[in-house]
Amino acid sequence: MNVLFDNWDTYWEGFLGTLKLTGVSAALALVLGVLVAACRVSPVAPMRMFGAVWVNVLRNTPLTLLFFAVVLGLPRFGIVLPFFVFAVLALGCYTSAFICEAVRAGINTVPTGQGEAARSLGMTFGQTLGLIVLPQAFRSVIPPIGSTLIALAKNSAIAGSFSVVELLGTYRTLSELGFNIVWTFVWIAVGYLIITLSISAVFAYLEKHWEVAR
Amino acid sequence: MTDAPTAPTPPGPGPATGRPLVVLQGVNKHYGSLHVLRDIDLTVDEREVVVLIGPSGSGKSTLCRTINRLETIESGSITLDGQPLPEEGKALARLRAEVGMVFQSFNLFAHKTVLDNVTLAPIKVRKRGKAEAEKRARELLDRVGLADQANKFPAQLSGGQQQRVAIARSLAMDPKLMLFDEPTSALDPEMINEVLEVMRSLAAEGMTMIVVTHEMGFARSAANRVVFMADGQIVESRPPAEFFDSPQSARARDFLSKILHH
Repeated sequence: MNVLFDNWDTYWEGFLGTLKLTGVSAALALVLGVLVAACRVSPVAPMRMFGAVWVNVLRNTPLTLLFFAVVLGLPRFGIVLPFFVFAVLALGCYTSAFICEAVRAGINTVPTGQGEAARSLGMTFGQTLGLIVLPQAFRSVIPPIGSTLIALAKNSAIAGSFSVVELLGTYRTLSELGFNIVWTFVWIAVGYLIITLSISAVFAYLEKHWEVAR
Repeated sequence: MTDAPTAPTPPGPGPATGRPLVVLQGVNKHYGSLHVLRDIDLTVDEREVVVLIGPSGSGKSTLCRTINRLETIESGSITLDGQPLPEEGKALARLRAEVGMVFQSFNLFAHKTVLDNVTLAPIKVRKRGKAEAEKRARELLDRVGLADQANKFPAQLSGGQQQRVAIARSLAMDPKLMLFDEPTSALDPEMINEVLEVMRSLAAEGMTMIVVTHEMGFARSAANRVVFMADGQIVESRPPAEFFDSPQSARARDFLSKILHH
């Protein structure tokens, strides 16, 4: 218990760092993921190609490598941003590939006739997707997106190695100060559990709430 | 049956105007090695009711779906009101807004109420006001005998009711042409007539209609012309009385003998 209370500020700062990284990256990943999923089901071949390349490159690259690419690569093109923004870009883009595939699986659960009916009424591709297909896909993508965001919360620990303040990184400070390493990690784990279990709870609620929406 | 259409059975289709609305020329399409549409030439005039019949796999549904480009074609041309069908995009969406389509499986938007199903496209595509769209939607629902079902979800309706909502949804766009792709094939027998009644009254009002169906009674009484297809080709194209009473091709005679005498 002492480890926690003696270092409350360090833990709290790390906890907030992880929370912020997860929240902002999740927002980016959700927006990008839905847009890329739209590309992947688009009637325009170059857009489908772009979507496929996006997903396959990001999904098949180790996240740490992606961090190096962003943190070391972007400055070479004159793009110098705070480490937090670099971390959000790496995490958000990486996770968007998984969100995209979850959304695409959801789109595939909606009968094709729904889209055909929308198109036959003169709706554009965007209207068909936004008004008819995605709302019906929404419920079935809640569970996989929940899992993906939990993975994102845990993946955010990598940012600690790239000068971003986050929860896992606090162990370095604490071990230097000579605190018990086991308890240091126990409290870090508790911090992650609070975040990941909260995500689970939110998604369980969403799933229940949208259960009857048809 | 409080919700059955109240319009009396109209006598039959009105005369066509002789002004071509849909023109297909030399249309070909393959599914892999299967040649589903072979050199199709077909002209449908304004106010004409054309029924497409033929054995399953003859290409009639595919033909119907090429007219609003839900199916693409490989060669030939399709024009609607003189305009060739555009490529995928805004222009195609505008054209589809002018062509109503009724599907075998209804395809009502499962997450929207009956009223929202009918008002959605007028509001989003035609940019009509909500109040105006709802007023028109209620008139159309009343017309198909479903005014009291406006706030239900599609899954709460019978098949016949769903199909009548689907017809109202298409009519809400004030289409120039209505395509019906086997509109009664997924219905229980006792629900077929309520849908056919609505279609008959549309035909009598002068709506241009292309109907893929197995309902020979409807073809005989409501169509100006029967187009008989087999193996991707148009085999006969004649007024219904002539076609049913004295089919010219062996293929049509064979088809009719199988469906009319069992």
